[in-house]
Amino acid sequence: MSKRILRNTQYAILIALMATLFGALTAFAQDSTPTDDEVNKIAKQLFCPVCESTPLDVCPTQACHDWRELIREMLADGKSEAEIKQYFVEHFGARVLNEPPNKFASYAVPAAAFLLGAFMLFRGFQMWMKPSQTGPVVPESEAKPIPQDEYIARLEEEVKKQK
Amino acid sequence: MIADFGYGVLVVSFLVSFYSVFAAAYGEYKKLPSLVESARRAMLLTWPLLTLTAGVLVYLLVNDHYEVQFVYEVTSRSMPTYLKVTAWWGGQAGSLLFWSWLMSAFTSLVTFRKWDRDREFLPWVIVVSGVTMAFFIGMNVFYENPFAQLYQGFDGITPHTFQPADSILFTPDDGRGLNPLLRHPGMVIHPPMLYLGFVSFVIPYAFAMAALITGRTDDRWIRLTRRWTLWAWLFLSFGLVLGGRWAYDVLGWGGYWGWDPVEIAAFMPWLTGTAFLHSVMIQEKRGMFKHWNMLLIILTYALVIFGTFLTRSGVLSSVHAFAESAIGPLFFVFIGITLITSVALLIHRWESLRGDTEIKSMFSREALFLLNNLLFMSILIVCFWGVIRPLLTELSADTICKWYPAVQNYMTCQKITVGPPYYELANSPLFAILMLLMAAAPLSSWGLTSIGSFGKVNKVALAIILAIPIIPTAIWWDQLRFEFGSWATTIIVLMIVEIILTFIYLFRGAMWQAVIGASLVTGLAFATYTHNIIALIGFFLVALVLLVTFREFYRAARARAQAQAENFLVAFWRLVGRNRRRYGGYIIHISMMLMAIGILGIEIFQTETQGRVAAGDKLNLANYTIEYREIASWNDDPKGVNYTRAVVDVYENGIYLGELRPRKDFYFESQQSMTIPGQRATLRDDLYILLVDWEPASMEGATFKIYVNPLVNWLWLGSLLFLAGVIVAAWPEKDLERVTVRTGRRIHQTSAADD
Repeated sequence: MSKRILRNTQYAILIALMATLFGALTAFAQDSTPTDDEVNKIAKQLFCPVCESTPLDVCPTQACHDWRELIREMLADGKSEAEIKQYFVEHFGARVLNEPPNKFASYAVPAAAFLLGAFMLFRGFQMWMKPSQTGPVVPESEAKPIPQDEYIARLEEEVKKQK
Repeated sequence: MIADFGYGVLVVSFLVSFYSVFAAAYGEYKKLPSLVESARRAMLLTWPLLTLTAGVLVYLLVNDHYEVQFVYEVTSRSMPTYLKVTAWWGGQAGSLLFWSWLMSAFTSLVTFRKWDRDREFLPWVIVVSGVTMAFFIGMNVFYENPFAQLYQGFDGITPHTFQPADSILFTPDDGRGLNPLLRHPGMVIHPPMLYLGFVSFVIPYAFAMAALITGRTDDRWIRLTRRWTLWAWLFLSFGLVLGGRWAYDVLGWGGYWGWDPVEIAAFMPWLTGTAFLHSVMIQEKRGMFKHWNMLLIILTYALVIFGTFLTRSGVLSSVHAFAESAIGPLFFVFIGITLITSVALLIHRWESLRGDTEIKSMFSREALFLLNNLLFMSILIVCFWGVIRPLLTELSADTICKWYPAVQNYMTCQKITVGPPYYELANSPLFAILMLLMAAAPLSSWGLTSIGSFGKVNKVALAIILAIPIIPTAIWWDQLRFEFGSWATTIIVLMIVEIILTFIYLFRGAMWQAVIGASLVTGLAFATYTHNIIALIGFFLVALVLLVTFREFYRAARARAQAQAENFLVAFWRLVGRNRRRYGGYIIHISMMLMAIGILGIEIFQTETQGRVAAGDKLNLANYTIEYREIASWNDDPKGVNYTRAVVDVYENGIYLGELRPRKDFYFESQQSMTIPGQRATLRDDLYILLVDWEPASMEGATFKIYVNPLVNWLWLGSLLFLAGVIVAAWPEKDLERVTVRTGRRIHQTSAADD
């Protein structure tokens, strides 16, 4: 009886060991061949070097298919995302990146334009508002409301009456 | 023979349009009414002439005249007749002719109707639109002849307008056929819509120039072209939406907008056009911003031509292709000349365009509209910089970088790509502020507190709060992270809270109710849908705009119902009917918010997976499981297409939902394939399955790419409501004549309809 228990326990341990080993092997196998999603995650950030304005993850040409496979191989070799992108930049130029390397130049121009526009607008407001401040004093009741058309004024009256 | 006839009529059209420009300008300058009348008749003649030219081209396309190069390039025997007709705008030469044809139709419409009423402007309108038209027809006549025929000579088969010596006409058996991607219904309608938008924006520009030339610089030109502008905007907007839908259905990358330069080329005039639509209202009502409106319409026109130039000159693929193409430099010169002339005219009339009112408050409606303009212009600059930067770096690589190699340390000396990350990061805060303005817009019409009473301390606090993000962003701009709890998001939330508090202060009751409502919606979204901070900010803004706008509708309709003793629904209907422009505008704002829900959904929550499975195997994404059931492949010989169609069963949380049939179509003539997704659309999300076309597909294995695009259908719903909104706003009103025929230096509106 006890022998049978011992044998069964041994079998169970053996099966568990094999299952663990199999699981580890499967996991290892998964590590060695990166999935399409892992490839696409990087390919999405690259533009096809030959087609115009087409991200690498969706480009249907054979060349792009081969480049995606290259990414898969590089991932399998343990290369990092940055290394893979760098490889593509070295071989095909900075145009393969979906964002230019010089980020400062990208954002400085629109940011400067926005700030300049905002500044000009602010100065404009100061200029346009000046006459009312320096001009003759207007009674409060006349100065406050912005001139409205009659319809709105009537509508506003009605709303006030309800309250 | 027929092609020669077509070319002959085209040349006559060119001469007639050229004559009308000359006669109108000279006749008006020398005060010769008979010459001006002759110019008008010449202009009216261009439309029948160009219609005849286009008719000949369509005849050639439909009847398989492959000896004509254009017909050979864009059609084939297997194409159905309707596609042969629409192939007219499927290639370079045809689309230029289409442009001219639309231009002539619109100019004729303007000069045919109400000539006497607008007599002072119309001769110059003929000049301006005639110059534009002559430029486009000239391009067809001299460089891109759609009637050029193929001739076989000693040096092979080449296209020529006139038969060269020692050559014979060559007629291929079949044409190359239209690019399969262009055979989609969306693509059949999308280019005409965009062109309609482009061309109809020329009319307000022509009136603006006429106003500058004649010195009649009041807002009459704006009143005359108000509806043109709205329709132009409608066409352009709808062209953009249809282009998005086409990309979503046909291009097979699971999205609708890729920030591609071609898309941006059409988006840029839309931005200035939208800014123009808003700021002209202030000129009409308050007589302000006259310089600015002129500048905006000049910019819109320049961007319309620039957009056509970008897509037609080949400059996007390479600056060298542009230099080698015949039409690229011509476009460039044309844009330069028209822009310089227009700005010179504006400077010439600068004094007479001075506004006659000042702004009362920094939070008045006028001020908000100006802020809106600043934001649209900023988005324009983001887009413009993104489009031209690759061209500049490519150009500098061959010039400055070669001449002075030392500059390579300071600038990019190779062609670069500016892709979606730049546009998304740079534009999203601008769009967010625009949404805040949309929330404030309806309230600004109901009287408000001046910033003067806001208190100096509060003003300083507001300025500091708004300035705070600049410093850390400037220092750590490459470490911006928008996760929950990061410093960037904390600052953004604080800023929004401060701005909202300011709004509540300024707009009092009208705002706080909406803010509470929007906060509740955001809280609900946080509890049930997402913890993504950008999405929550987006949902908050959408809810705020919607609540403020709905409240505006409700408040006004209720007031009317009580004042006029009407049923609420009747009051609502009449309210909108009597104030079409205002409430049409609000409907457009609501539609924009529906679109914003869709954009937030797909941009932030889109998930995807790709995998190869055998028949019977499954792929999982989000709550969905798809099971590959079967595949079939067959040829449709008359159409010259091979179809490969997979059938997959779709389950959500284990519950069977139905089957989807993604397929790929391979076109033999052009050796191109097209991926048609299997889509399951609900208001919650789209399940979008592609049969990946570069992998072999059989029962043993097929590669599928699956996207789940949450909320994306709100984008399409919003675009339908948008259409309704513009139609409401642009619908002709009975008293239009009375308003427009009135003269005077400036007309003060008496109707809320013009608000």
